[in-house]
Amino acid sequence: MTLAAFVDEAATVSGAAELRGAASTVAFDRVSVAYRGAVVLKPLTLEVAAGEILAMIGPSGSGKTTALRAVAGFVRPAGGRIRIGGADVTDLPPYARGLAMVVQNYALFPHMRVFDNVAFGLHARHAPKALIEERVAHALEVVGMSQYARRLPRELSGGQQQRVAIARALAVRPKVLLLDEPLSALDAQIRRSMVEEIARLHAELPDLTILYVTHDQSEALTLADRIAILRDGALSAVGRTGDLYRRPPNRFSAEFLGRANLLPVVVESAADGSGLVAVRAGEERLVVAGADEPAGAARLLCVRPQNLTLAPDAAHANRIAGVLREIHWQGELTHLVAEVGGALLRVVATRLPTIPARGERLEMFFSPADASLIAEDADV
Amino acid sequence: MLVWSRSGKAMVWSFAALVIGVVFLAPLAVILAASFARQWNGVLPSGFTLEHYAEAGGGASGAAVFASLTTGVVASLVALISGAWAALALRAQGGGAARMLGVLFFVPSAVPSVSVGLGLLVAFSQKPLLLNGTTAIVVIAHFVLISAFSFGNVSAGLARVSPDFEEVASCLGATPAYRLRRVTLPLVAPYLFAAFGLSFALSMGELGATVMVYPPGWVTLPVAIFGLTDRGDIFSGAALTIILVGVTLLLLLGIERTSAIWAQARNG
Repeated sequence: MTLAAFVDEAATVSGAAELRGAASTVAFDRVSVAYRGAVVLKPLTLEVAAGEILAMIGPSGSGKTTALRAVAGFVRPAGGRIRIGGADVTDLPPYARGLAMVVQNYALFPHMRVFDNVAFGLHARHAPKALIEERVAHALEVVGMSQYARRLPRELSGGQQQRVAIARALAVRPKVLLLDEPLSALDAQIRRSMVEEIARLHAELPDLTILYVTHDQSEALTLADRIAILRDGALSAVGRTGDLYRRPPNRFSAEFLGRANLLPVVVESAADGSGLVAVRAGEERLVVAGADEPAGAARLLCVRPQNLTLAPDAAHANRIAGVLREIHWQGELTHLVAEVGGALLRVVATRLPTIPARGERLEMFFSPADASLIAEDADV
Repeated sequence: MLVWSRSGKAMVWSFAALVIGVVFLAPLAVILAASFARQWNGVLPSGFTLEHYAEAGGGASGAAVFASLTTGVVASLVALISGAWAALALRAQGGGAARMLGVLFFVPSAVPSVSVGLGLLVAFSQKPLLLNGTTAIVVIAHFVLISAFSFGNVSAGLARVSPDFEEVASCLGATPAYRLRRVTLPLVAPYLFAAFGLSFALSMGELGATVMVYPPGWVTLPVAIFGLTDRGDIFSGAALTIILVGVTLLLLLGIERTSAIWAQARNG
């Protein structure tokens, strides 16, 4: 059975309709949270579209988990309202919100077998026995754990436990699936395969709205339709994953979401409608993507390390010269760190015909489309 | 491992055996020997008899066994329920006030049991709370003295349960009652069994408060033992003590077995 069939099949047993989840939006309407007077989440306004994966990322203490817990109903907002599918759930207890959650340590009930763990939510919602058996079997099939139904959680590996946790969440057909750092406890290799598995799940369950909290930007980049970056309890940036990566609106977003080279520049000529702006970085004159940039304004030029190349060509028209300070060979990739006018620029190269030596003059090239300008003071 | 050498380990084990032998086993051995002794005038008793056990098996002693068992089971059950309730409530509450209330729960265990008995005697000597001379006041006295241990055990168990279990359960649609029954209590079950066992053992040996409040028709084993030894009937007192130890041990083994069977059933 395919995942789509799992979600879309008609209710065949009495009571199934009320257990069926539907694609729902999640809306934060100026939601703030405070613990003993200390504000941990400043008024947050954000909407997750139905069927969308929104990743909330940020460093520890940024408020991302607090925001998710507010949606789940585990923390009561000091202000603002939370709406799920348009309905105000701010004052509803967690069990009445129609959600499901997967957490970092899986939280599989150790005294229940895999089948009973997956059936838990359905039992709690008083689903008919036949429906429970059908749903559990399907959910386990979806995550490839059917043959482990009689096992206890302690008899499973970390990756298998996380699959069961996901099956348990899917079995109740939640309006919204909350994922709180679900892969943090797994080792790097299993984490990579689980990221791909979650991506596959969502591709097969396009109606499922997912709020995904992580501190791992690569998980967010792989999975999310949109990313919200939080910092110090406030929303620093939000946007479509590709846009946010290519055109970060501020220094924090640029540095938190992937690696970024930030080079101080001065706008030489204002944008003329072509979408390109000329800037000066020391002696170099560069052309980069930009709009509404006033001449003479100080900006940060943001260019990703993998967008810098050591070989000039027509597409990579901009040239920056520096002195090579460090070389780090990492097998598939080589990281070069060059000093340009006091700033350090990182280049990630997949293939280098000749490895330059430390102290050598290095010329780096990039395409105008691969760079963007960030206002110096637009930090948060 | 603090000690590595073979001789060092032997010394440590010998010292531990000596301490356990002198502090725990010697008094019990003396009581056991006295319970079978016809006379004890020298270093060791002389003459072997089962007379004291035959006397102890009589009506009054049987009633004392019944009174002790009933008091122990009822007081331990009530202490377990209230201790678990308090531990759950304070955990949910959190914060400094909850910690302070948790500490207060242990106060009765720091008060001499005789004082607890006296306090109950005074407190329940007037209508509408006239309980003097009833079985209930004995159970209440035991409950007051053992509740701290139940609370402490259950609190320790709850502290080891990650809140994630309960939060995930709630998110999946479990009401607080369903979550408590299907998730929280099964997770702390070993601590509940331990709390009941400890409370029961403490209740079986309780004397100070009981001797202040017990009615004539509800003489517990420790009170009966105290009465016998106070009258100079040391050997009968010793026999009754061995019966007390045996009954307590049997029930504790029963609790342990129940706990093991439950854990086995849970884990398949």
